[in-house]
Amino acid sequence: MKGAIELRAAPHVHSGRSVPVIMRNVVGALLPICLFSVWQYGLSSAALILTVTATCLATERFFSSQSGKGNTLSDWSAAITGILLALTLPPNFPLWMGAVAGLIAILLGKTLFGGIGFNPFNPALVGRAFVQAAFPATIASFVPAYAPQRFSEFVPSTLTTPFMQAADNASWIGHAAIDAFTGATPLARWKFENFTYSASDFMTGVVTASAGETSALLILACGAYLAIRRFMDWRIPVAVLGSAVLLAWAFHLAVPARYPEPMFVLLSGGLMLGAVFMATDMATSPVTPIGVWIYGALIGVISVVIRYFGGLTEGVMYAILIANAASPLIDQFTQPRVFGSKKS
Amino acid sequence: MTMGIVDLFLKQTFARGIHPASHKETAANAIRRMPFASRLVLPLAQHIGKPAIPVVHVGQEVVRGQPIAKADGAMSVPLHAPADGIIESIGLQPSARGPWAESIVLRVYEGSQQTVGWAAPVDPDTLTSAELISAIQDTGMVGLGGAAFPSHVKLDVPATHPIHTLVVNGCECEPYLTCDHRLMLEYPKDLIEGTRLAMRAVGAARAMIGVEDNKLDALDAIRPHLPADGSITLHAVETKYPQGAEKMLIKSLLGLEVPTGGLPMHLGIVVNNVGTLALLGRLLKNGEGLTERVVTVTGPGIRKPGDYWVPIGTPLRTVIAWAGAEIVTKREVILGGPMMGQTVASLDVPVTKGVSGILVFDHRMRHADDQKSWPCIHCSECVNACPMGLNPTQLGLLAAKREFDVMAEKFHLGDCFECGCCTYACPSHIPLVQQFRAAKSFLRERAAS
Repeated sequence: MKGAIELRAAPHVHSGRSVPVIMRNVVGALLPICLFSVWQYGLSSAALILTVTATCLATERFFSSQSGKGNTLSDWSAAITGILLALTLPPNFPLWMGAVAGLIAILLGKTLFGGIGFNPFNPALVGRAFVQAAFPATIASFVPAYAPQRFSEFVPSTLTTPFMQAADNASWIGHAAIDAFTGATPLARWKFENFTYSASDFMTGVVTASAGETSALLILACGAYLAIRRFMDWRIPVAVLGSAVLLAWAFHLAVPARYPEPMFVLLSGGLMLGAVFMATDMATSPVTPIGVWIYGALIGVISVVIRYFGGLTEGVMYAILIANAASPLIDQFTQPRVFGSKKS
Repeated sequence: MTMGIVDLFLKQTFARGIHPASHKETAANAIRRMPFASRLVLPLAQHIGKPAIPVVHVGQEVVRGQPIAKADGAMSVPLHAPADGIIESIGLQPSARGPWAESIVLRVYEGSQQTVGWAAPVDPDTLTSAELISAIQDTGMVGLGGAAFPSHVKLDVPATHPIHTLVVNGCECEPYLTCDHRLMLEYPKDLIEGTRLAMRAVGAARAMIGVEDNKLDALDAIRPHLPADGSITLHAVETKYPQGAEKMLIKSLLGLEVPTGGLPMHLGIVVNNVGTLALLGRLLKNGEGLTERVVTVTGPGIRKPGDYWVPIGTPLRTVIAWAGAEIVTKREVILGGPMMGQTVASLDVPVTKGVSGILVFDHRMRHADDQKSWPCIHCSECVNACPMGLNPTQLGLLAAKREFDVMAEKFHLGDCFECGCCTYACPSHIPLVQQFRAAKSFLRERAAS
């Protein structure tokens, strides 16, 4: 009898799932979306994704070691924040502003609350909300996709000197010579010009927008992968998209001239990326079975209400942040029914 | 009959639970007999209740099957000599619970027979129900599924709770364990006999045998032996942990939920394990005592895994040596299944009546303790695993803050039966059920003082 035997408490087996495994799979599911964005927007998009992600990782690394937690990069959650944040920004967003967004996302959105698991709000959206407020004009300016020189030249605004106004992209767009380019996102055109794109416009990349807006099918496919491998709660995107479509459909039926078809609502803006990758952030969504449906439906409804009645063109970000805030409350009121207790 | 129609569409099961890897390779081979150890250690308290009282003295010769300790009142069972031999000592010996326990040590004669030398065959059908209960107590039978609750107490239901159904638990939902599966395959006649007697003891008109659907061959083995009157029926239930928990199996078979804080008898149901009933069916008519049981000896650290008839009192050291353990790399020796079984500190601990499995796990096993842990990320894996519908996320956060009273009063800590699904599922490797166990024992001790 060699070797000591150990005393341990049951259970003695484990599912083998771990936080890094979940997070790594989410990062993996985001990569195809990143690649598609790079394919559409070229060097600028690649530089933005790398810059924002690197800033997030550096911020996480610095503050986690400062707080005595050691290196928390190994859980991969900071990488998700960085990539998601980059995908919500215009691909031509100045790199220095992207770095500010990444810094704020991790610092104010995550480490300040105690790091992974303790953040009440989705860190990527905290960063995004900050730059939305700080650089409102820059964040609303887009360049067209598939510009011929996208793999050889940066968009001028990408390389803006830090702490300076974004450089003017007019010459670059002119150089691209894309007809009928307006520089406005589909939601902005709908809001201010009452112009709606068709579903096929979204699929073929005719529209200009941030990455999440032009690859709805790809996002759905990546989300389906995560859901099937149980790295994501499928109920949340179903609730978000379902409630948004139902509400939009009701509006469309009531006033068809004023409100667009549900398909437009589904494919435009950040709804798809938000529903699949941001609303599903585990730390900021409810845990109870009924709670996740309420939470998802809340996001869908608030998104549509902001789009239709708010001053902003897009409301998904604020809808998710509001639902994040409500999440602990939703959990409190939707405690599961205990086995053997009275059915209510 | 409505139940039958529903069954066509819905698998008989309960909500939530987990699907751990089963590792039931030992189910393929017949039960083998393990030889006698030279020394058997028989703790007086192998069951829940009062310890038995020795009726032998040091130096006395005993034959296999002879009572060596008597029951101390109703909530107790006697002990029988598992082999021919001589009483070596009566005193403190290592026990699975940790502290040394009062035990009878039997030095086994080398020529000890496998036949039982002390038995008084009776026809159980001639006994009145009071005599039947007393005969069951005399066998020293306890719940062999692991609880070790005296069988005669469980089957002696107060008249205030008329019993309509005896549920026979053949789920064996714990990974690795196959002893009940082999008993069903090899002793179906004894199982039906035991079931019939238990039905008579509790006054149930019907019995339902529930088996997980990964053991359909067991149902095929039992089917030819069913009584013609249809009073005993066979049911396949979903293979899912913890299907073998009483409350879960009742839900799966009958669609009923045992009320919070209540017992199956409050619904007119008594649940018994197949292993218990199969042995009872054999022992009662032979008038024998419980001297051996089937134990699954397996795990990555065992070279000859299998199901063995092991004499009660055999030290783990002997069992493991016989089954060929690669001891150098072993880490844990577990009594019972990997989900709810407990590890032992010493290999001198004997096999007792409630030991269904001996698992030797080595460094190749993945154990939550070994790995880094992370803060709770609210992934809801535990909420979706808890068969009792509790909120382990919330309970875990409260346990970390030592808010034990809030756990009990607002989050139903008392309903947790410690199946371990939450800890199994947690990707942050938080020892949830371990914390709940600690919280419960803290509250229990405070209430006692």
